[in-house]
Amino acid sequence: MCLSIPSKITKIDKENNIATVDTMGVERQASLELVDQAVEVGDYVLIHIGFAMNKINEEDALASLEVYKEIIEKMEEDERRQAILEDEACPNKA
Amino acid sequence: MEQLKLKDLYDGFRNPQTIKALKRLLDKEAKKLNTKINIMEVCGGHTHTIMKYGINQLLPENIEFIHGPGCPVCVMPKERIDHAYLLSLQENVILVTLGDMIKVPGSRGSLQDARSKGADVRFVYSPLDTIKIANENKDKKIIFFAIGFETTTPMTAALLEHVIKNKIDNIYFHINHITVPEPMRVLLDNQDCKIDAFIGPSHVSVITGSKIYEEFVTEYNKPVVVAGFEPVDVMQSILSLVKQFNENKCELEIEYSRAVSYDGNLAAQKLNDKYFIKAEHFRWRGLGDIPNSALKLKDEYAFLDAELIYKDILPNEEIDDHKLCICGDIMRGVAKPNDCKVFGKACKPSSPLGSCMVSSEGACSAYYKYGNLL
Ligand code: SF4
Ligand code: SF4
Repeated sequence: MCLSIPSKITKIDKENNIATVDTMGVERQASLELVDQAVEVGDYVLIHIGFAMNKINEEDALASLEVYKEIIEKMEEDERRQAILEDEACPNKA
Repeated sequence: MEQLKLKDLYDGFRNPQTIKALKRLLDKEAKKLNTKINIMEVCGGHTHTIMKYGINQLLPENIEFIHGPGCPVCVMPKERIDHAYLLSLQENVILVTLGDMIKVPGSRGSLQDARSKGADVRFVYSPLDTIKIANENKDKKIIFFAIGFETTTPMTAALLEHVIKNKIDNIYFHINHITVPEPMRVLLDNQDCKIDAFIGPSHVSVITGSKIYEEFVTEYNKPVVVAGFEPVDVMQSILSLVKQFNENKCELEIEYSRAVSYDGNLAAQKLNDKYFIKAEHFRWRGLGDIPNSALKLKDEYAFLDAELIYKDILPNEEIDDHKLCICGDIMRGVAKPNDCKVFGKACKPSSPLGSCMVSSEGACSAYYKYGNLL
């Protein structure tokens, strides 16, 4: 499952530089250490193995979310969660 | 990971209207071409998009894909996997790594095999999870077996930073980070090279920026388009490449502009430079030794380097693949997985002979999984 679903920042723990993000309804945490721009709650980021890699502008993020929504809606709840988690877990994506 | 019973997903997404429209445009554009063009998608993620959504079936006859060396699991030579295997079997060691690495066979077995022999091998979703393991196992040495291209290097660097800042004294590193431009150069310098253009890896470029491909356009005269992972991205990028040929251009383009810039993520690059320098050599599975194509820890961090600390037990002789395995030719673009005599027979995802079959990003695995769509 090599997606690359944009995640929306819903909370920022400033002290630890960790964001809580929402990826199409699945909530998880990601380190903000590698992002070189300022990010705020409401921004979209691309996540890879537990880190936000960069910010994505809202318009682009929404456009790709539309595409993914179509796919994800077809899955069962568990599958969906698994797919979303795996998407960012992949070390292989070059 | 294993198939997620996502067949529905592929079906629903393989032929959206946009792809059809793009195909029509592509057909039109390809008719104007006066030669056949071979496009290398360097990255395994793209190989999967291409196979999964049947993009190769949509292509006009005069356009073909060559599957590149862009999967860190596929290109990891057996001797490095043996390192992980041997380290994991050391007393009081917990070996931590990411993803498919656990299944790839070295010459002594895979990490999974080591596990069944009693080794403590753990798979993490993020390098930072290693810290938790270290905290819960203070009496053990935790070795992070770091793999991946420029994409995952900064994540390892971030873990290094944590270890040093917080004076964690039981985490060590075995570094296997490799870089994309050097093997691309090797492929182009090869006499049998059939590559006319590249689709650039997306995640690598998020970190490095598209600038690392500049030389391929200016020195080698091969156009490069950095593409996203969606089928629409890939189709769009092929179209851009074909247009370039028709207009007699050779340019570096970013199709994946929603995530990639020319300069890339400078903070991540800085962090990499803080901890890593180029290793003189790295032997790529199938491609052989490529100078300056990998990273190693800087001397000042030698105290964290498991490769140095355990050097007495880590052999360095080169170990080649199974005689019948042609992964190297596949990654060089001179063969396709179904040219391999054992493809789908002696070599399947459940009993892989080569890592192009083990890794879910590998070309052989992609052909095996999605070949029924052809
Ligand atoms: S883990 Fe990575 S390589 Fe494997 S299927 Fe998921 S995204 Fe693809
Ligand atoms: S099918 Fe197996 S043996 Fe043949 S090239 Fe692929 S990985 Fe190697």
